[in-house]
Amino acid sequence: MKSAILVFPGINRERDMARALKLASGNEAAMVWHAETALPKGTDLVVVPGGFSYGDYLRCGAIAARAPVMDAVRDFAASGGLVLGVCNGFQILCESGLLPGILMRNSKLKFICRDVHLRVERSDSPFTRGYNAGQVIRVPVAHGEGNYAADEETVKRLQREGRVLYRYCSADGVVDDTSNINGAAQSIAGIVNERGNVLGMMPHPENHVEDIMGCTDGRGLFAGLVAHLEKAA
Amino acid sequence: MKARVTVTLKSGILDPQGKAIEGALKSLGVDGVASVRQGKVFDIELSGSDKAKAEAALKDAADKLLANTVIENYAIELKA
Repeated sequence: MKSAILVFPGINRERDMARALKLASGNEAAMVWHAETALPKGTDLVVVPGGFSYGDYLRCGAIAARAPVMDAVRDFAASGGLVLGVCNGFQILCESGLLPGILMRNSKLKFICRDVHLRVERSDSPFTRGYNAGQVIRVPVAHGEGNYAADEETVKRLQREGRVLYRYCSADGVVDDTSNINGAAQSIAGIVNERGNVLGMMPHPENHVEDIMGCTDGRGLFAGLVAHLEKAA
Repeated sequence: MKARVTVTLKSGILDPQGKAIEGALKSLGVDGVASVRQGKVFDIELSGSDKAKAEAALKDAADKLLANTVIENYAIELKA
């Protein structure tokens, strides 16, 4: 799996992501600066990592979403390429129009930095095939704006079309208001686009991939992507 | 030419920051505050003096960057 990680000023999770991708695929990810107008040849996966691109000025991800490299990412996604956005990356994908909706300020206004549980809603997506449907995984979140919002029809559509891949839940998999850490519509933690090749999620699976991190529940996402690409090749 | 673009949250969109400000005003004892919605103001200076062109440029700016029309409305005001 050849991965390209986008780098914007203010991004800070690109190295964590590179480490997780190396662990899963054996290949070094390419770091792609925001001013580039093309992705490296043969890229299988584009990752928009977490952090605080452009200091979260204006709206989270708003300025990064208009960077030159994003046109190349739009073309890549339109041709069916896999795109993964985590945290600020999710915000950037929403602002760029690759995913619907927006991430608003957490409903209780606080920055949340802790482990959360996610329910994997389906296992037949490239982004979830390393898990079983209904499986509960534990991964960290670190965000102040993760409260997913969209108009009512869009949220219904995401639901109807099975495009919600990850939901916030309790340790035993119950999705309710208590486990919905940031007030997101339908407890949404991660969604895909219509075609299913672009995923945005607030939690950080790349931070739970090695024993030293205390948990390896994030591995499944990356292992699933590698398996998907091997099967496609 | 000077202009002001005001970006506000659409009605119905939850505004936790506005709610927090509302709560703070109430706890300060400011009388008669029923509710608060927070928004943004952009003061923009434009080169040139063609009013129609300026309005078109400002609309372009608001649609492309200043506002996210999923949740926000904007208003453009040109000043002489």
